[in-house]
Amino acid sequence: MEVPILKQGEFLIATIQAALSDADLEQLRMALIQRVVRFRSRAVIVDVTAMDVMDSFASRTLKEIAQMIRLRGAETVIVGIQPEVAFTMVQLGITLESVATALDLEEGLVYLSQKFKNIA
Amino acid sequence: MPAEESRVPINSDQDIVLARQKGRALAADSGFSSVDATLIATAISELARNIVTYAKHGDIALSALADSGRRGIMIIASDQGPGIVDIRQALRDGFSTSGSFGLGLPGVRRLMDEFEISSAPGQGTRVMVKKWRQERPEK
Repeated sequence: MEVPILKQGEFLIATIQAALSDADLEQLRMALIQRVVRFRSRAVIVDVTAMDVMDSFASRTLKEIAQMIRLRGAETVIVGIQPEVAFTMVQLGITLESVATALDLEEGLVYLSQKFKNIA
Repeated sequence: MPAEESRVPINSDQDIVLARQKGRALAADSGFSSVDATLIATAISELARNIVTYAKHGDIALSALADSGRRGIMIIASDQGPGIVDIRQALRDGFSTSGSFGLGLPGVRRLMDEFEISSAPGQGTRVMVKKWRQERPEK
């Protein structure tokens, strides 16, 4: 299941639409970093609303995506973590401390537009 | 006693997704809340990934439990892989021999109500976990 990545100006929006296998997550990581380079994107939003399980592998892959994108000078925002998923992540001991998060896609876009307005 | 058992062979990362989806469905059928169903699905994901990462092949057996009115779910992950040399070390947070986070087993133990592991080098690994439904007293 390939994750569609939408280019919206200087931002990229990746919307996960179904349960992803480990290979799908690794494919997403590669696709995102390639597009950030190609489009000189300033930020990436990963919408995980449809993810019903965020285990240690998925969390680690998202963290790695954010770190790689930061090395390119861009920012990553994870949006749409479901309440049950958030509860489970805390119980598992998973943190996404170094990654920006927002409630949903709309809030993620607000966060980024404010951030980049302040820089400009 | 287990009413019915469904066994999911685990041979690839696709099977991890399949096993946790079956686990979630069984949890929902057994009347678990959506939070508990997510905890159960996540625990299955971690156990199945350990099989793929360390043993390559194994299976996950899922059963609904009914014990004197209590309802629950039992998950048994078993493989014939290399086994675990030091189980106590494997159950410590942050320990891993695969270069991963090592959150797997201690995390699974926190998510579930009962946890039993048996493993020895060359003998494979068997992890049994149970989660019981939280019965809310009638008002």
